Amino acid sequence: MRALQQCLTLAWRSLVQVRHNPWELGDYSIQPILFLVLFLFVFGGAVAGSTEDYLSFILPGVIVMNLVFVTVYVGHGLNSDLTKGVFDRLRALPIPRWAPLAGRILADMVKQVLCILLLLGVGFLLGFRMEAPWWGLPVMIVLLLAFALSFSWVMVLVGVMSRDPEHVQLFGFTALFPVTFVSNAFVPLETLPSWLQTLVALNPVTMLVDSCRGLLSGGPVLGPALGALVWAVIITAIFAPLSVRALNRRLMGQGGAA
Amino acid sequence: MPAAIQITDLSKRFGATQALAGVDLSVPEGTVLGLLGPNGAGKTTLVRILATLLQADAGEVRVGGFDVRTQAHQVRELIGLTGQYASVDEKLTGRENLILIARLLGFSRADARDRTRSLLEQFHLQDAAHRAAKTYSGGMRRRLDLAASLVGRPRILFLDEPTTGLDPRARLDLWQLVRGLVGEGTTVLLTTQYLDEADALANEIAIIDQGRVIASGTAQSLKARVGHRNLEVVVRERDDIARVAEWVSRITGRPADIKGHRVSAPAADPEHLPALVRALDEAGVPVDELALRGASLDDVFLSLTGRRAGPGPDDAEESA
Ligand SMILES: Nc1ncnc2c1ncn2[C@@H]1O[C@H](COP(=O)(O)OP(=O)(O)O)[C@@H](O)[C@H]1O
Ligand SMILES: [Mg+2]
Repeated sequence: MRALQQCLTLAWRSLVQVRHNPWELGDYSIQPILFLVLFLFVFGGAVAGSTEDYLSFILPGVIVMNLVFVTVYVGHGLNSDLTKGVFDRLRALPIPRWAPLAGRILADMVKQVLCILLLLGVGFLLGFRMEAPWWGLPVMIVLLLAFALSFSWVMVLVGVMSRDPEHVQLFGFTALFPVTFVSNAFVPLETLPSWLQTLVALNPVTMLVDSCRGLLSGGPVLGPALGALVWAVIITAIFAPLSVRALNRRLMGQGGAA
Repeated sequence: MPAAIQITDLSKRFGATQALAGVDLSVPEGTVLGLLGPNGAGKTTLVRILATLLQADAGEVRVGGFDVRTQAHQVRELIGLTGQYASVDEKLTGRENLILIARLLGFSRADARDRTRSLLEQFHLQDAAHRAAKTYSGGMRRRLDLAASLVGRPRILFLDEPTTGLDPRARLDLWQLVRGLVGEGTTVLLTTQYLDEADALANEIAIIDQGRVIASGTAQSLKARVGHRNLEVVVRERDDIARVAEWVSRITGRPADIKGHRVSAPAADPEHLPALVRALDEAGVPVDELALRGASLDDVFLSLTGRRAGPGPDDAEESA
């Protein structure tokens, strides 16, 4: 019970941090909205013939892209705690060892839900209407969170391995741009060269985007959703132990300027 | 009196560096131990092991009677830590930083607010309470950091170079605060590179160098160990400094140390003072100050290690 309260307190802290850090807030709100609007009006005609048709295609794409980008802040925040000594302050308190990480990831889940709702709201203002049954929405959110949770482990590893928070951001975004763009988030799979199609079809981002499209606008869901979940399990199985090991190693190696 | 901190044969190695090489220390409850040593001596490593942040390679460490290795949680309930570099959450306000710690320690919302308010007041941070800590000056951050380590009213407090980077006024405030805490029964282990600080605060001083305690005892007993006193003269005219230095080293038989107008050398014989007075008088050289001083801790360090203590030139590098 006490541990849960401590975990919630740490999650509260991560969320309050955003208030005093307008850049981060912008990354969660203005940036994805900008992506959505720009892509919609610039590519809409070329890709889908009209912006109306493109909207229901690209909205899930932007939601998933943003989901993946927001996880970078898990690594960013963790790294800044490690480099600025806050992690030590927390470790010297009588709280469970896993609480700082759990609090951070919990806060990330809250941010993710808010981002998803924000983008859906903006989509609605731009004319998007859900065509699938209503329960598609909660299922989509749960699926997205499950993937974000697993992907957070990748960012925990990046956060632990990086020298400073700026490197986390640099590395995170540099690695994530190709991962999100080499997918069918913004263009239909059929328009890509065939060698690239194989890669794109295997990309978890593609599977997630397809599931979201199905859940919001109708179409196949089960196949891509299962694919995305398999990816989530694989990513967690690989990166969770790696991250924990790297974190322990980093903490044990510390002595002087830390 | 039971020992609040008991360290037996503690060692820690980082790769090729033996940071601690068999340290034994004991700090009685309600006293201050000053751990004095130059940069790289192993002070931070020792504090981090005591605070359960780092595992030792060998040796036994008990804090409040609990083993830091196997009873880390119980140790954490007793201690407060202010690390060498301020570890505040820069993205939170000062107030939020303290509320965070209070809530994690199990304070209710109302209690957390009360405790935070009184600490902000005590550390003169009320006016900055609602600003993000990243806008704080170095001194303010240090104060906030210290306040954060006192939220839970720890029985045992570790302060790793707490006054490094503070202005003289803030330094005296901190000394006053430490005295107050000790008056209330808190045990304090404080590391410092400043001899006057250890002298001013500590009941016992342990001098640590290259991972070993090379001397320990009260400031008084350490000074007595050196066994000599210092002949010091402050020359009024710049032109006289050179020849006064020459007399000083001839009389004492030791090389004279010159700092500005102050010329000094260790004096083994009390007769050195009148000898110097006669020389000055004969030549009619005016002086502002002339004394035979008891050894300072600086002298103690010098005589024990052959080097001067105090912040080394590689300080900046370490804090980077
Ligand atoms: N994480 C580390 N990795 C390698 N060497 C370290 C580490 N931490 C400390 N050291 C080394 O251990 C020695 C003692 O360091 P430290 O405890 O920080 O000394 P102090 O606090 O007295 O300046 C130094 O030589 C330092 O370089
Ligand atoms: Mg140190």
